[in-house]
Amino acid sequence: MAYALQQLINGLTLGAVYGLIAIGYTMVYGIIGMINFAHGDIFMVSAFIAVTAFTLLAAFDITSLPLAITAVLITAIFFTSAYGWAVERMAYRPLRGSTRLAPLISAIGMSIFLQNMVQLTQGARVKPIPPVLEGGIEIWQSGGFTVQISWTQIMIVLVTIVLMVAFTYLITQTAFGRQQRACEQDSTMTALLGINVDRTISATFMLGAALAAVAGVMVTVYYGVVDFFIGFVAGIKAFTAAVLGGIGSLPGAMLGGLIIGLIEAFWAAYLSPEYKDVATFSILILVLMFRPSGLLGRPEVEKV
Amino acid sequence: MSAVIIARHARTPAERFKDAAWVGFVALLLGIPMVGLTTVDQGGALTVQTRFGMLGAFVGASFVGRFIFRWIMDQVRNRRAAKPAVAKVDRTPQAIKVIGWAVLGASIALPIAFSENRYVIDTATTVLIYVMLGWGLNVVVGLAGLLDLGYVAFYAVGAYTYALLFSHFGWTFWEALPVAGAMAATFGILLGYPILRLRGDYLAIVTLGFGEIIRVILVNWTELSNGPNGIGSIPRPTLFGLPFDRNPTEGTQSFATFFGLEFSGMHRIIFLYYLILVLALLTNVFVSRLRKLPVGRAWEALREDEIACKAMGMNVTNVKLSAFAIGAMLGGFAGVFFAARQGFISPESFTFTESATILAIVVLGGMGSQLGVVLAALVLVLLPELGRNFSEYRMLLFGTAMVLIMVWKPSGLLASREPTIRLNKATAAGGQS
Repeated sequence: MAYALQQLINGLTLGAVYGLIAIGYTMVYGIIGMINFAHGDIFMVSAFIAVTAFTLLAAFDITSLPLAITAVLITAIFFTSAYGWAVERMAYRPLRGSTRLAPLISAIGMSIFLQNMVQLTQGARVKPIPPVLEGGIEIWQSGGFTVQISWTQIMIVLVTIVLMVAFTYLITQTAFGRQQRACEQDSTMTALLGINVDRTISATFMLGAALAAVAGVMVTVYYGVVDFFIGFVAGIKAFTAAVLGGIGSLPGAMLGGLIIGLIEAFWAAYLSPEYKDVATFSILILVLMFRPSGLLGRPEVEKV
Repeated sequence: MSAVIIARHARTPAERFKDAAWVGFVALLLGIPMVGLTTVDQGGALTVQTRFGMLGAFVGASFVGRFIFRWIMDQVRNRRAAKPAVAKVDRTPQAIKVIGWAVLGASIALPIAFSENRYVIDTATTVLIYVMLGWGLNVVVGLAGLLDLGYVAFYAVGAYTYALLFSHFGWTFWEALPVAGAMAATFGILLGYPILRLRGDYLAIVTLGFGEIIRVILVNWTELSNGPNGIGSIPRPTLFGLPFDRNPTEGTQSFATFFGLEFSGMHRIIFLYYLILVLALLTNVFVSRLRKLPVGRAWEALREDEIACKAMGMNVTNVKLSAFAIGAMLGGFAGVFFAARQGFISPESFTFTESATILAIVVLGGMGSQLGVVLAALVLVLLPELGRNFSEYRMLLFGTAMVLIMVWKPSGLLASREPTIRLNKATAAGGQS
């Protein structure tokens, strides 16, 4: 029981990270209808930025934890958004209005490019950083097993909740959110009404990248190691989460992320860690068999 | 935010400068965390190293590059605008036919011209494997319009079927080939069946997941697949029972002794080349014949409009499954050849990057175009090969090429999507627009 509780906590933490990345996929899909394959690698870039930033801060002897984490978050969000913007501008904007597969291929190319660029400039080896946030709270003890929530896990969950609230507010209540949703529904009409669609799409990419940046910093703090290949796996998982929740739906992305995180944690703990990816994808296929547009997705209306 | 000016009027130097400066600024932003700073492991702890010289060079190169690029683009545009538009006669179909025969001739003549150059023939064999895979995937993606991101799974199924049939039952290449094709087709149907209702990108992620499932199983089910160590010493194919060995076992003949030739290691390389050439050409003929059959017509109809297909009473389930099965079977054949050629297979060879490469070949070539696939396979295999002297850059080059070609020609290198059937001339002209 205690063991299960611990897995629940681990799964939720992992799921929160997946959810943050999944939102980037789902938003981009909603607005231009493409799978942004490079999104996982944007997340990886931000993790590397976080490593550099933490190391720099340590070199300048900044030890106050809240200050350090805030500074790293801001740095990572700033630079990662620049990457999100540049990727959209270079690889996707010239392809607007072409076939559906063209941006997909250019996204895959971008993903390969980013991975190898980071490998070349930052090195292929795993980068470890000293633990940033240590310790935790013991919440329950039974039969020699202690259930523990680490401070890092608390931070991840709190940051995710805060971001989700802020983000929901941004999308549902502000002028930008209205523009963004308008572009999602009908970009031609939105352009006719005087909204700069290109700018809105760019902003969407930057927002998605910013959320991925937060996820990147959290993962760096949580695991303490980063390498150039983490983007691929995290990207696929997050994309699976977005599809599971119903692509285009923001709460769906978060829900999907949490489900995938829980499946992974429990499968790895009770059955076999080697096959946790098989379990994830099998459940995705099972869910899609019965709900072809995901858990919270609206079924597509086919018009003839 | 975006100060990159795309104006139609003649650009002033100030504008050009501003445009290039903006690109330089973006390059600076992108470069600071990746080029300008890096962390190095020193005595167990990371320290930050600055590379401002490199950063400066990167920003400078972006600035100058953008400046020159825009200038050239403007020159090209001006020249184009100055020329009166001439009504172009579209000779593409004839040209494609001529180029197609030329490429075929060149590929037959290649081993004769380079009979001593092992590297050239090996590379050409690799290109042909990708051509065959591209033609196979073209059935699923180009003809039936079903986005498959896990095609490498069928390639793996084919390769492993041969490897396992050999290591357990001693089957030869030619015996295993049809079985492996059937096996891959079965997997295609197995994958296709549960996801028939899905469309577009849902299909993409499920196929991607399927590819990963197969790979993870191959890595972890060590009793079956020997895990990450792979399966080795897979025998090479024979020519009607004639092996290409230096010392044939007593009482049998090898290729060299049978024809009274002196043994040369090149014989096998050239034989493998011709074998994949024949397999690829068979694939091509097979697919282009299928396109003229009702099932091929049905695929293309499905790609264009699924609802209309249903309304016309087509059995969409069977059409989709047949596309999956045939595409998978062709991938399986290519897998058997791959296993026989390498002599060793491991899950390493069947990663998502491989699927992405095959899909990129189909899309870059121009969806549905057979010759385009050849062209794209040539570009995508040879380009990284050119950079093999500085091998750490080859994948970087590969990714860049994918993005650039797509941006340059969004509908593919050869993008003439000819309708396979025309009712009559008048409707064809009206329906083309």
